[in-house]
This record gives sequence, structure tokens and C-alpha cells, in this order.
Amino acid sequence: MSNAPWAFVAALAAVPVLVPNPYVLAVLTLAGIFVIGAISLNLLLGYTGQLSLGHGAFFGLGAYASALTSLGFDIGIGFGLRLRVDPQPVWLGFLMAILVACAFGWMLGRLAFRVRGAYFVIITICFAQVLRMVALNWVELTQGPMALISIPPVSLWLPGLGVVPLVTKAQTYWLVLAVGVLAFLLVRQLVESRIGRALIALRSNEALARSVGIPVTHYLVVAAVVSAGIAGAAGSLFAHYMGIVDPDVFMFIYTVTMVIMVVTGGKGTLWGPVVGGLIFGLIPDLLRGRAAPELQWVIYGVAMILFVMFLPRGIVPGVQSLLRRRA
Amino acid sequence: MDQALQHLVNGTVLGGTYALLGIGLTLVFGVMRVVNFTHGEFYAFGAYITYGLIVLGGVNYFLALPLATLAGVALGALLEVALLRPMRKADIDSVMLVMIGAMLAMQNLEMFAWGGVAKLTPNPFDGSPLVFGPVSVLPLRLFVLVVSVLMLLGFWLALERSRAGMAMRATFQDPETAALMGVRVGWVNTATFALGSGLAAASGALLGPVFMTSPTMGDLVGLKAFAIVILGGLGSLPGATLGGFALGFVEEFAGGYLSTEYRDTFGFLLIIAVLVLRPQGLVPARERIG
Repeated sequence: MSNAPWAFVAALAAVPVLVPNPYVLAVLTLAGIFVIGAISLNLLLGYTGQLSLGHGAFFGLGAYASALTSLGFDIGIGFGLRLRVDPQPVWLGFLMAILVACAFGWMLGRLAFRVRGAYFVIITICFAQVLRMVALNWVELTQGPMALISIPPVSLWLPGLGVVPLVTKAQTYWLVLAVGVLAFLLVRQLVESRIGRALIALRSNEALARSVGIPVTHYLVVAAVVSAGIAGAAGSLFAHYMGIVDPDVFMFIYTVTMVIMVVTGGKGTLWGPVVGGLIFGLIPDLLRGRAAPELQWVIYGVAMILFVMFLPRGIVPGVQSLLRRRA
Repeated sequence: MDQALQHLVNGTVLGGTYALLGIGLTLVFGVMRVVNFTHGEFYAFGAYITYGLIVLGGVNYFLALPLATLAGVALGALLEVALLRPMRKADIDSVMLVMIGAMLAMQNLEMFAWGGVAKLTPNPFDGSPLVFGPVSVLPLRLFVLVVSVLMLLGFWLALERSRAGMAMRATFQDPETAALMGVRVGWVNTATFALGSGLAAASGALLGPVFMTSPTMGDLVGLKAFAIVILGGLGSLPGATLGGFALGFVEEFAGGYLSTEYRDTFGFLLIIAVLVLRPQGLVPARERIG
């Protein structure tokens, strides 16, 4: 069992060699980016039990931060002063994406974790909406609905080759896979640490966790920052892969997609978001040409209802208990 | 000064429909502890039914309004029985997830049925504004305000004076004790959700001719309904009325004096501020209803 995950990663890494079909790779790359988003959301939704519905905001922040750093910008910041940033290398944009997302994750965590339940959910939704309106209206920085275009592809320093832009589908695919594996390992490390045990304790019974001296809000903010950082990284990959970012990345539907991935796969399990992310990352392409795009979303909605009502723990725990019963 | 008066009038007109929208949402939360993400979709549903009845069915505008409201009530009852009744014992987050799934399905079925192009519902009113001294208002908007206020009053009376209203208030306060007193809580829940959905559909039907009707309009409207309800305090009926007018004024004045582009943003910033500084809302739900 302990080798199975690495075999899975090796199999995924071999896909570009075995199936050198650019369409397949493009679909898998995009699915992979959403799997990373789902992995980050799972840390909050699954392990701390907080239903954060503004998660797409960190994805969008990462996309914009990365795109703007690599394209450069020149904006007025009041008092007649201007802030001018020349185009920077893409790896710096990737780091900026993580930093900006972490900073906003910290801010939102400090604000939103003062309340729980419905109130928390609504603050997180509003947060994403405010960012969407800013992205739409701060045209000088974001180009508003005209979108940021011609975002350069990711470039990477490789030993012996120097800095090379990753232009082929296979190279981008491997990069997304690598970031995905790192995100998975980071979340696993965190969940299996002292912090992770504290998070799980507060998910089961917050009052009890507090009474044994666990600084609940502190740990929740830590989880929010890490989760936001990973989502920011996914957003950055998305921006450089697509080459275009518009304010729609902040739409509720992106967050809902990630929530569906986590819930169907199995929240609070390491593999849940991977399984759910792959299923719902690939469905759009299976349906393409067979059904109207609206019906895809109807299917997503119905799937969420059915899972919550009939398999609330998700696919991964369901399969696990099935295997255990057979053994 | 004249400009301020005009903003005041516009804010009142907007606030009336917002209050109608907020009441339904806060009622459902108060009685059932359900965060109803489908509320905005019922608004869109009401608007589309009205449009369909008038344009495709040739029905009179004044007849289409109550018909659309009834359609909202029926769909709401159906949704409650099919989705919420089996989830009665589930935690609030699971119910939220189910409602988000329902929202997604409803919105995209609307998109599938009506297409993505926004539609404007025709109305029988004169397009030239009525002028009262320094302020002017469109007859249609005045009609919308009057109907909203009448519906709010009617709803208020039904809740305060009727037996069904008393059962609803009892469930609002304490479902278990209400059940012990012989209130059929299951049916109260169904009625509450149906009524809340009907109010949302009514607002949609009323505002269909004022704003454009599009499948995604439920998104923003749903969020605004949350804003209204939170401003007033989740589960507080006077709060939702007050919150509706407050949001109408904030949007109108902030949009007029600060920035038109960010008009819709102020509502969301206001929610975040209220939740962080005064999470119980402007009117805390002490007795919770009435």
C-alpha cells in the first residue's frame, strides 16, 4: 500500500510519453490545476470543518498577482504618485502569487474566524465578491473585463539548460504534476503534525479543544494561510497556462466546483480531493459535444445533492470501508 | 439637496423590494435554520415565469404577478419536501451544500430553458416619469413600491393574527416545545419554505420589468438577500425590513456620491463590517419573530 501512491504518481508522469496527444494532456493539465485547488480547500473544509466558500478568491488572487508581476504594471496610487513595476520573470510571479494569497488568507482568517457557521460562510462569499468587483472595476491595474492577456508561459531554471520557458504541453503537464505532488505532501505533513491533530480536534468538538488549551483561532488562521497559499499557486499555474485572466476567476462557480470535488471525493481525507478533482475535472470533456454546457452544471449540482444525502463521507472513505469489509 | 431627495426616493423604491426579498430569506433561516442559497434562483424563477406568461402566454401583467408568486410557492413546497425534509437531522453545513447543489441545478436549468440572453418583461405603465417638485419617479417603480409595502404588511398581519402564523412563530422560538403543543412542525417547515420562496418569486416578478431578467441574476440577488438579512440580524423580521431599506439607501447614496462602478461592492463591504463588528445585526433577533 505504501508504494501505491508513488506508483500512481509515476503512472501520471509517464502519460506524456505513453499518450503524446496534446488534447489529452491539455485536459489533464487543467484537471490537475483544479486538483491542486481542491487539495488546498480540503485543508479548510475537510480538516478544520469550516465551509469556506470564498476559496476561489485565493485562486483568482494568485492568478492576478502572478500575471501582473510577469506583465508589469504602472498605476497611480494617489497623491500624484505612481507605482511602476517592470515585467519580472515568471518564477517571481509564481512566488508573488503564493505570497499575496497567503497575506489575504491571513487577513480573511483573522476577520472571518471571529464567527462560525452561516456567518463565516457568508463573510467568505462576500470576500470573493468584493475582489471580483475590484478586478472588474480597477481597470488601470487589471484591465477589468478586457482581461489580462498575453501572459507568458512558465519558465524554469533547469541544471545545464539555464532558464527555459515551458512551452510544450508535456512540460506544463509535468510542472502541474510536480506542484500537485508538493501540495499533497505539504498538506499531509501538516495534517500529520501537531497542528493537524489540533485542527481535527477542533473539528470534532471546538469547545472541548479550547478547554484543553488548544489556541483554536491561531491554528485556524495557520490552516487558512497555508490553504490560501496553495490555492494561489494553483491560480498562478492557471494564469500562465491559459495565458489570459479575467474577473470571472472570482466567480462563485469556481469555488463551488472545488467544493464539489472535495465533498464527492471525501473531505478530510488526503486522497479525496485528488479523486474528486480528477472526476469533476474530466467530466466537462467527457460531456463536450454530447450535452449542453448548462447540463454539465446541472449534473454537478445534482451530484452534490446526491452525495451529501446518500454518501456524505465521499468516495474515498466509502471505497476504503468496502475494501476493509472484504478483507 | 434636490439630488439628495432624488436619491432618497430611489433608495426607498429599491429598499421596498429588497425588504420583500430579505423577509423570505430570514424567515426560512429563523424557522428552519437553513441558509437558503436557492433564494436568488426563486427570484429569477418568478421573473421568468412572469416573462413567459406575458410574452408567450399573452397573460395580463396584473394577473401574471400573482400566478408567478403561486408558481414560486409550489416549487418551494416541492423543494422542501424533496430535499430539506430528508435532511432535517443533518448539520447546517451539509444542508448548505445541498442547497448550493440545488442552486446550481436551478440556475443552469433556467439557462438551458431560456438561453443566456437577458430579457425585459413588458409592462403596461407609461414610460414617462411622474414629477413631484424636485424629484421624479417612474410610475412602474411607484407601483412596485406600493405592491411591496402591501405585501410586507399583509405578510405581517398573517403572521401576527392567523393561527398558521402563530404556529410559525412558535416553531421559530422553539421547535420542540411547539411540537409538544401539537404544532405539526414538518408542515410548518414546508409552509415556511414555500412562503419564503413565494416572496422571492414575487420580488422577481415585480422587478422583471425594472431590471433585465437573466439566468445568472439570481447570483447577485441571492447575495444581496444575504446582505439584507445580515444587516438586520439573521432570523429577525423587523431587521430584514430595516436591512432592506438600509441596503437600498447605502447603494443609492454610495453609488451616487462615491462611485457608480463600485455600487454593488458597498453592500458586501457593509456585510463584512457588520459581521465583524456587530454579528448580531442591527436588530438582534431576541424573540426572533414578530
